[in-house]
Amino acid sequence: MNPEPAIGMALPERHHHCDVVQQMLYNASLWNGHRIHFDMPYATEVEGYPGLVVAGPLLGDWLHQIVDEWLGDAGMITGIEYSNRVAAFVGETVTAGGTVTQYDPEKGSLTLEVFVKNDRDEVLAPGIITAQLQR
Amino acid sequence: MTGLLSPELLSHIGRQTDPQREIVTRRDIRKYAVATGSRLPKYLDGDVAPPLFHLHLFWDVVPLDTLSPDGVFTDRLLPKFPLEKAMAGGLDIQYHQPIRPGDWLTATRTLSNIYEKVGRSGALIFYEVMMDIRNDAGSLVVSEKTTRILR
Repeated sequence: MNPEPAIGMALPERHHHCDVVQQMLYNASLWNGHRIHFDMPYATEVEGYPGLVVAGPLLGDWLHQIVDEWLGDAGMITGIEYSNRVAAFVGETVTAGGTVTQYDPEKGSLTLEVFVKNDRDEVLAPGIITAQLQR
Repeated sequence: MTGLLSPELLSHIGRQTDPQREIVTRRDIRKYAVATGSRLPKYLDGDVAPPLFHLHLFWDVVPLDTLSPDGVFTDRLLPKFPLEKAMAGGLDIQYHQPIRPGDWLTATRTLSNIYEKVGRSGALIFYEVMMDIRNDAGSLVVSEKTTRILR
């Protein structure tokens, strides 16, 4: 890879605007009919959320994308461990990013800490991704 | 321990779903990649599936009249738990080999653990579901452990 990975290296961040059309297409793609993602009266009046909830696995996808785009064709993601801690809502802009925490140049194996956070700096979805560089 | 978990409830540990076999298509990969905001041509063109595509492939497709009023289906793998309010859960996934259009993949889900803990706000029930996804040659493609918390 160019530049060569190093422990502590920060990956380029990406902002995601949580858009209602994207929510609809994403949940339809999964076959996820959970009303909190698209039914505003239900989400706010019945469940008491401040808005439409962004699907949890979409935040998980954005964690992968940070590492996948950085790796390009130089390697692939071999695993992830993550959790959804705080909800994101449609209309918010969230930021995904990550840092290299372990790197073995001999084996080409990498560990990265990744996150999606909101504009109040709350971490919505923390994760740990492992990746393998082509050798 | 809070004694929420009866022997009957715990006897569900090890329960498995019937294997579910699905085919991967280029169009499904493209739809998924676009919907997630992917920017990588290999995914947008559907040449190979992005990580997490298996969520799309194996999300249960159920008749509308079997959805609950909030639009959610009941996972038949799970017993009725004495706590029902779902809290955030976690995923632990291993990717063993890439997924491409034309692949037939088979998923088997197992309720692998049920346990309880006492949290700040009282008793919590944790359960884990393992999903193994294999190709037609029988080799592992993706393995996933989901942990969910009920309060």
